[in-house]
Amino acid sequence: MGFTSRKDPRGVLVVEVDGQLIVGNRQEFKQQVLDALEAGERKFLVDFTQTGYIDSSGLGVLVSLSKKIRDEGGDLRLAGLNEDLKTLFELTKLDTLFSISDHPADALAAF
Amino acid sequence: MKAPLRAAVAPLAAAPSGLEYELTLTLPSDTGIIEEAILVVCRHLSAEYLSERAIRFNLRIALAEALANAILYGNRCDPSRSVQVRVRFGAERVEVEVTDEGEGFDPSSLPDPTQPDRLCLPTGRGLFLIRNLMDEVRFNEKGNSICMILRRA
Repeated sequence: MGFTSRKDPRGVLVVEVDGQLIVGNRQEFKQQVLDALEAGERKFLVDFTQTGYIDSSGLGVLVSLSKKIRDEGGDLRLAGLNEDLKTLFELTKLDTLFSISDHPADALAAF
Repeated sequence: MKAPLRAAVAPLAAAPSGLEYELTLTLPSDTGIIEEAILVVCRHLSAEYLSERAIRFNLRIALAEALANAILYGNRCDPSRSVQVRVRFGAERVEVEVTDEGEGFDPSSLPDPTQPDRLCLPTGRGLFLIRNLMDEVRFNEKGNSICMILRRA
């Protein structure tokens, strides 16, 4: 379980969430993205292909990071959500706040 | 190394209709324990009681939110306070009760996090998710104990 970052040739920082994004590890995730923002990264894709579930704290971190990144002229997008995660975003209407792609490759192509 | 969580499971003697067993668990006020607590509870709820998705998704998320609320807002992470979990289950339904040692709160006072002016806020979705993922949600009068009910489809 953890977070792995890699830079796509198109200049997008892809952060993979392995396991869960929850109250117990959200700070680690937030800090990793904020450090990258500080270092000059502006295009972020969070890849949830290997993610089991997200709780409301995890959703909250995505919301606050998205705002911070937008304030710096950047963009945070999401991809690879399983059916449970899609339901979670639909219930909370956060699917209207984020750009969400089925596959990371689609999201990268659209950046 | 921390000791693993142990749940006590016993048949209910004077069981309300549709409920057969009771699982009880006491947790410290540490958000790092939530995952383990969920695994302990889910391990006892086989497909005999709920569908695989209801356990994996509805129950799991609702329990995670209730435990986080109890630890963070109820007990305010005070290590001298604990959280009690009581799960009663049977052929008809599963009832999950989470009780903290806090002052309680008024559950009717929480605004809808899906309103456009609240959508960009980072908090306020926990109880909303619980209400949407469970069939019935009740609080005690003090507001420090939540009972979440999921019926077998």
